[in-house]
Amino acid sequence: MGNEAVVEASQAASSAREAGRQAPDTRAHSPTYDVLRRLRRDHAALAGATFLLLVVVLSALAPALALKDPDATNLAQRLLPPGRAGYVLGSDELGRDLLSRLMWGGRVSLTVGFSAVLVAMAAGVVIGLIAGYFGGWLDPLIMRLIDILMAFPSLLLAIAVVASLGPGLSNAMLAVSIVGIPYYARIVRGSVLTLRSQEFVQAARVVGASHSRIILRHILANSLAPLVVAATLDVGWMIMAAAGLSFLGLGAQPPTAEWGVMLSSGRQYIRNALHLSVAPGLMIFLVVLALNFLGDGLRDALDPRLRR
Amino acid sequence: MTRYVVQRLLSLLPVLLGVTLLVFLVMQLAPGDPARIMLGAHANEESVTQLRRDLGLDQPWYVQFARWLGGVLRGDWGRSIQLKREVLPYIAGRFQNSAYLMLLAIFMACGMGVPAGILSAVRQYSPGDRIAMVLVLIGFSTPVFWLGIILQIVFGLWFGILPVSGIQTPGQAGTLDLLLHMVLPSLALATAPMAIIARMTRSSMLEVIRQDYMRTAHAKGLAERVMIGRHALRNSLIPVVTIIGLQVGYLLGGDILVELVFSYPGIGLAMVTGILARDFPLVQGAILMVAASYVVVNLVTDLAYAYIDPRIRYGE
Repeated sequence: MGNEAVVEASQAASSAREAGRQAPDTRAHSPTYDVLRRLRRDHAALAGATFLLLVVVLSALAPALALKDPDATNLAQRLLPPGRAGYVLGSDELGRDLLSRLMWGGRVSLTVGFSAVLVAMAAGVVIGLIAGYFGGWLDPLIMRLIDILMAFPSLLLAIAVVASLGPGLSNAMLAVSIVGIPYYARIVRGSVLTLRSQEFVQAARVVGASHSRIILRHILANSLAPLVVAATLDVGWMIMAAAGLSFLGLGAQPPTAEWGVMLSSGRQYIRNALHLSVAPGLMIFLVVLALNFLGDGLRDALDPRLRR
Repeated sequence: MTRYVVQRLLSLLPVLLGVTLLVFLVMQLAPGDPARIMLGAHANEESVTQLRRDLGLDQPWYVQFARWLGGVLRGDWGRSIQLKREVLPYIAGRFQNSAYLMLLAIFMACGMGVPAGILSAVRQYSPGDRIAMVLVLIGFSTPVFWLGIILQIVFGLWFGILPVSGIQTPGQAGTLDLLLHMVLPSLALATAPMAIIARMTRSSMLEVIRQDYMRTAHAKGLAERVMIGRHALRNSLIPVVTIIGLQVGYLLGGDILVELVFSYPGIGLAMVTGILARDFPLVQGAILMVAASYVVVNLVTDLAYAYIDPRIRYGE
C-alpha cells in the first residue's frame, strides 16, 4: 500500500512542478505560505494533523503524566473492563493499566514510524542522487538492484530481513526502513533526471557552482515536495508494518508496551476482555488514518490541480 | 506481441536470479549455525563438524549458492529441520491454500471496489461519493490483522455465523465448508485493495468522462447507462488493471498476517512458524516461492495491460 502512495505522491509532485512552470506565480506570497494556506482550508487534513499532534504530545509526556507504571503487574486486578476506579480503560491479562500501556506504546510506534521513514528517506535520497546526478555505470547497477528489491512484496521483504537479523524491535525498524529505501531512491532519481537538464541547473553549472551547491540548492530543494508527501503517507505504512511484525512475534517483544505486541497478547482474551483486542488496533488505525488525511491534504495543497 | 512476451520473459531471468541470491544471502547472514540448530544444543563438536561437511556448509558461499540454486532448479528445495520432510511438496500445498484465499480476496476487492468507484465518479460530489471516499480512506488505514480480529469478534463471537479459524470443520470437509472458512480471512485481506481499487476506478472514470468522445456520445443522445457501461467503463479500467496487479504484492504480505489471525494453514503461517523455530530451509523456500510468484504476477499484469489496451504496442 505504501508503494502506491509513494508513486502517486511522486506523480502528483512532478505535475506540481509542471504546473509551476506553466503558470508562473505572480502573487507576493512564498510557496510555503500558499501551501499552508491551502492546507488550513482542508478540514480533514486539519483534523488529522490535530489528532496526530495530540497523540505525539500525550506519548511524549507519558513519563511525566500521573500514569501507572505500564509494566507494573497486579494479578488481583487482571482483565478489568474499562471504567473501573484507577483503570480508565481497564487492565490486561497481567493486571497492567491499559491506558498507560497505550500511551507508552504510542511512544514506541511513533518513534519507529517516524525514524524508519527518516532512515529510509535519507538513504533513498543519497542513492537516488548518486544514480540520477552522477549516473554513469552506477545508475544502471543501482536501478537493477532496486528492481530486485522491488520484486519482493514489501512486508515479505521486511520479514526476510527480520528473519536474517533475528526478531526484535530495532531489527524490525531497520527492516521496514530497508523496504522503504527503493521507493525514495526512485522518487529522487526521477526528479533529478528531470531537473538535471533544466535551464536553471545548467545555468548554475555554467556560472561554476559546485556539485554540492547544485545538488543542495537546486536539485534537492526542488525535489522536496514529492518527498514530503511520500514520507507523510509512508509513516502510516511503516507504523502498520512495524506493528504487524510485532504482532507476528518478529518485532518488539513482550513485555514491551507496543501496540502490535499488545494486540497479539490481547487477542488471546477475545472472549472475556474485548477491550484488549480493540484498543491497541484502534490506536494504530486512528494514527494511520490521521496520517492519510494529512498526506492527502498535503498533496492537494502542493498541487491544487489534483484536488479531488 | 509474441516478441514482447519473449522479451519480458527473458528480462525476468536476471530479476529471478537476483531474488534467489538475495533470499540465499539473507539466510546466510542469519545468526546461528544450521548444523548446530539441526543437531540441537547438546550435540558434540565432532558431529556438528561432520554435518557441516556433509551439508557443504564448509564451502565458500558462492559454491553453496550454486549448489542450492541447482537443487532449487531440480526441485530439491532441501529438508525442513523442524518438520523433517521435503520443503517443496510441503510449501507447495501450503501455497495452494494461500492462493485460494488471495483469489477470493481479489474477487471481493474487484467485485466491490470497481462498482463503488464507478458510482462515485458518476455521482461526483454527491453525499454517496463523499461517504464512499471517506470509507476508502478508512479501508486502507485499517491494519489487516486488527480488522481480522474485529471480524472474528463480530461474525464469530457475536453472531456466530461464520467459522473464525482453520480451514475445515473436522468431519465436514467439503467445498462449502472450505469456502465458509475462507470468507472472513479473505474479507479482511480484501478491504485495503478494495479501497484502493475503488479510488483508482473513480479517478480514472472521472478522467474518461471528460473526454471528447464521451461528450459526443452524450450529444447523440445515448442513455447514461450505455455511455458509462459501454464507452467509459472499458477505457477507464485500463489503469485499474495495473493497480489490481500491484495489490497482489499487498495481498502476499497481508496474507501472512491474516493467516496468523485465522490460524489458516497457508504459506504465511508456515513462514512465520519457520522463522520463530529457525527452520531456515523452510523459510528460504517459502520466501522464494512467494517472491517468485509475485514476479510472475507482475509479468502477467504487464501482458494483460498490453492485451487490453490496443494503443500499447510493446516491442514494435
